[in-house]
Amino acid sequence: MFKGVARCLAALAFVLTGTVCTSASAAGDTIKVGVLVETSGPFSSYGQQITTGAKAFIKRNGDTVAGKKVELIIRDTTGPAPDVAKRLAQELIVQDEVDFIAGFGLTPNARAVAPIVTAAKKPTVIMNAASSIITTESPYFARVSFTLAQVTAPMAQWAYKSGLRKVYTAVADYAPGHDAETTFKSAFTKLGGEIVGEVRIPLKNPEFGPFLQRIKDAKPQALFVFVPAGELAVGFMKAYTERGLAGAGIKLITTGDVVDDGVIEALGDDVLGVISTHQYSVAHDSPENAAFLASYAQINPTQRPNFMAVGGYDGMAAIYEVIRKLNGNIDGDKAMQILRGMKWTSPRGPILIDADTRDIVQNVYVREAKKVGGKVYNVEFETFPAVKDPGK
Amino acid sequence: MSEITQPVSTSPGPWWQPLRIRERWRLAEIVFWLGLVAVYFVFPKQLLFGSQILITGLFALSLDLILGYAGIVTLGHAAFFGLGAYTAGLLAKYGVHDPLIGLVLAAGAAGLLGYLSSFLVLRGGDLARLMITLGIALLLSEIANQATVLTGGVDGLQGITMGPLLGLFDFDFLGKVAYLYVLGVSFVLFVLVRALMISPYGLSLRSIRENPRRAVAIGVPIRARLTNIYTFAATIAGVAGALLAQTTQFVALDVLSFQRSADLLIILIIGGTATLYGGFVGAALFLIAQDRLAHLSPEYWLFWLGILLIVTTLFLDAGVMGGLLRIDTLIRRRFAGWR
Amino acid sequence: MPRDRASSKVPAVLSFLGVLFDGLAYGALLFLISVGLSVTLGLMGFINLSHGVFAMLGGYLLVTLMDRGGWSFAACLPLAFVATALLSLVLERTLYRPLYRSTHLKQVLLTVGIIFVAVACATYFWGPGQQRVTLPQALRGRLSAGGVDLSWYRLFLIACGALITLALIFGLERTRFGARIRASVDAHRTAEAMGIHVDRVFQITFAIGSGLAGLGGALGVNVLGLDPYFALKYLAYFLLVVVVGGPGSIMGTLLAAVLLGVADTTGKYYVPEIGPFVIYLAMIVLLLAFPHGLLGRKKAL
Repeated sequence: MFKGVARCLAALAFVLTGTVCTSASAAGDTIKVGVLVETSGPFSSYGQQITTGAKAFIKRNGDTVAGKKVELIIRDTTGPAPDVAKRLAQELIVQDEVDFIAGFGLTPNARAVAPIVTAAKKPTVIMNAASSIITTESPYFARVSFTLAQVTAPMAQWAYKSGLRKVYTAVADYAPGHDAETTFKSAFTKLGGEIVGEVRIPLKNPEFGPFLQRIKDAKPQALFVFVPAGELAVGFMKAYTERGLAGAGIKLITTGDVVDDGVIEALGDDVLGVISTHQYSVAHDSPENAAFLASYAQINPTQRPNFMAVGGYDGMAAIYEVIRKLNGNIDGDKAMQILRGMKWTSPRGPILIDADTRDIVQNVYVREAKKVGGKVYNVEFETFPAVKDPGK
Repeated sequence: MSEITQPVSTSPGPWWQPLRIRERWRLAEIVFWLGLVAVYFVFPKQLLFGSQILITGLFALSLDLILGYAGIVTLGHAAFFGLGAYTAGLLAKYGVHDPLIGLVLAAGAAGLLGYLSSFLVLRGGDLARLMITLGIALLLSEIANQATVLTGGVDGLQGITMGPLLGLFDFDFLGKVAYLYVLGVSFVLFVLVRALMISPYGLSLRSIRENPRRAVAIGVPIRARLTNIYTFAATIAGVAGALLAQTTQFVALDVLSFQRSADLLIILIIGGTATLYGGFVGAALFLIAQDRLAHLSPEYWLFWLGILLIVTTLFLDAGVMGGLLRIDTLIRRRFAGWR
Repeated sequence: MPRDRASSKVPAVLSFLGVLFDGLAYGALLFLISVGLSVTLGLMGFINLSHGVFAMLGGYLLVTLMDRGGWSFAACLPLAFVATALLSLVLERTLYRPLYRSTHLKQVLLTVGIIFVAVACATYFWGPGQQRVTLPQALRGRLSAGGVDLSWYRLFLIACGALITLALIFGLERTRFGARIRASVDAHRTAEAMGIHVDRVFQITFAIGSGLAGLGGALGVNVLGLDPYFALKYLAYFLLVVVVGGPGSIMGTLLAAVLLGVADTTGKYYVPEIGPFVIYLAMIVLLLAFPHGLLGRKKAL
């Protein structure tokens, strides 16, 4: 009994002293980048990819810019938890005194943080979150990832061009999903195609079966799908194969999230032939990509990087450029001025941060899942150059 | 013989004297509340976190009322918390900017839901109650998830702006005003709850929990008591939710989640039930532990948290409060002989 | 409402049959995993929220043995059962047993702690993503019967569920050991007084129940998915099945599992937006009508 009491008091003491000894801010020769991503929970693969991509950039280019050391402070948002993200952002700014905020695997977290970074004037780089509305919510947001609308509009165009006229849409029921649905619908119908049905799949869904059965019964020519990368995508592909939709003559067209490089190998042979549009594929043939893949492999040799890792990589590239141009003295407004209009060649191809919207402008590729050298890759076969986010 | 907790005078006093003694505020309690005020000065940069701990503590207190005192096991208490949060959030978004008015209205909404669902909860045994309460919370969670136009769905309710508190104090970036607001509301509600639980009403609740048949035999109106304590607890949970919405100016779907109800149960168990302070102590320990662990190990903090829970269960009885109360008793025994 | 502009080309009856079939398969899985929890709860009154961890274990065993060990699907299934049963005995000895006499709240705390640890370990060893299992050729594809397309795998699931139900009923009703279990569930103290080692009975029953959960988890990788959060995600469903069916009752669990599986699947097919509603609403209605479970005994727990 006494032991128990003593133990708990010890725990209390430890825990409370731990609180008092929060990380003291280092001297002024470090540039701190607060990274808010999911490192635990069902979306932890997002955080893993983003942070490894960022670290890959630092590994390749060294951790010192303009005479100052760059330090990443990574905090776990645990998933779509806007209140946690908001509090962590506040802590990063007030206690850790970061110079930049970066990361954001998920839209709700990015949106929650908007008022904080605006009030504190902290330049914030969105490395993954993909709904169009995000960059409008704070003048201190700059995005290096993509938007659903941006990659969906080319898909609608390609679908029509390749002869498809009757398409059923299925999207995950949250902001990026709504973006994808709206964009595909309007682009496809404008060209003359017909949407024979649409369904929104709840984000927390153990069973895709009933939805796909319904779609199969409606017998469209093709099914356009968007679900967030990772767990849902795998579940979807599994159900798609199991229901035999491919055999029933329903073509699968999707955004790159469903067949992203991080999970495509786990999908097995069933994924062969799936057409997708996205901004990045590991199979992209360019020297920048080769360099990126090499650096990534140095940190994590077994995991294949995906578009989120490239988001992390390019986000750091943007941050480094800002530090360089400002000579290490980070001022929020000046940083945003530099970010606007910044362009460079990323592992995915040429990219540019739009000067007005602070959103990303990039090539969108149409790819087909094919076997190359015994492994499955998304092989690019058509390019839509310099696509802006149509949502703005 | 019962434990000696107070020096007993040799001549019996008036019948209400033991009750009066129970009502007296112990030194430890006064220190606790003064300590919370001191936090405002000692940890000025951590006040947002402090507010969240207090809010969770208040929420846990509301659960303690029905779980610890009345013995109703529920896994769906987040329903009231979430309803309070969304009500307060929607009110602020659509024009009612005064925090206190929003608070009262949100509390009312949650209380109403509590009253209506109390009839469902009174049926069946422990397990059925557990699942019915869980079912109600999950239903509400689904409604919030679907009613995207109203609640913002997975993306959360945006655009909440709060007016100044009492017309004078604006909610600031560092969360100072928010902290004092939450502390004030928590204290007022706590005093209310404390008075209620120490009174014969509170004792009757405990009797219901411990021996329902005996309670009926002495004439305690069980259904009425359970109904009104459930409603009261729901109201307080609603206040906690509203405070969260108002101080963070955001409402996310997780306010209604199973995770929140489950975490709350854990917090209360760690802290110790039916002690009034168990909720606050448990909330502080759990949230601080979780935060520290997440800082130390961003990927595997859940592992350490699990170990902590297992160890607590196997080696600690009656939660932290039980342990502390035992120290209190031990000290008194030690010094009783000195009189 | 989803807008299908082209009317469904499949007649309503047939699509309903297809959905029903899917629901049955889903229910079979829920039953397999939850039956152990039901018996544990009924026998010892021990609230084991970490029951889903055993299902996860079975699933991960299957995936690992098939991927890295090259084992066949058929060989992995019995192993999933046995290995999980054995491991559950270890856990029972070390962690659960000290808390049998304890309050339900303490049991909740312990078992939730176990879930957390299991989640973190699973993330560490297998990563946070979904696991995939390659089905044997025989179980892939679909069977076309009278216009309805039935997946072979789901047929297999239903068959497994039926077989195991029969085995359990036979075991309970016809064997000595089954009689002991029934005696222990119905009247704990009297059974002890009659010389039945209730503790031993419980251990073996617990092992069987956990083994079944492991088997269910392995079978479910293809349908329910498998990731470190499995035990948490499906916890509400398992509890639901057990409580609605009545703790301690195998037939009750089966009935509840099938009912809920079908309700969930039909809900998601016909009204996808409010799909999850149906199962929660069904649960509340059923519990209000049968507060002690569909076939549960009126026991004070």
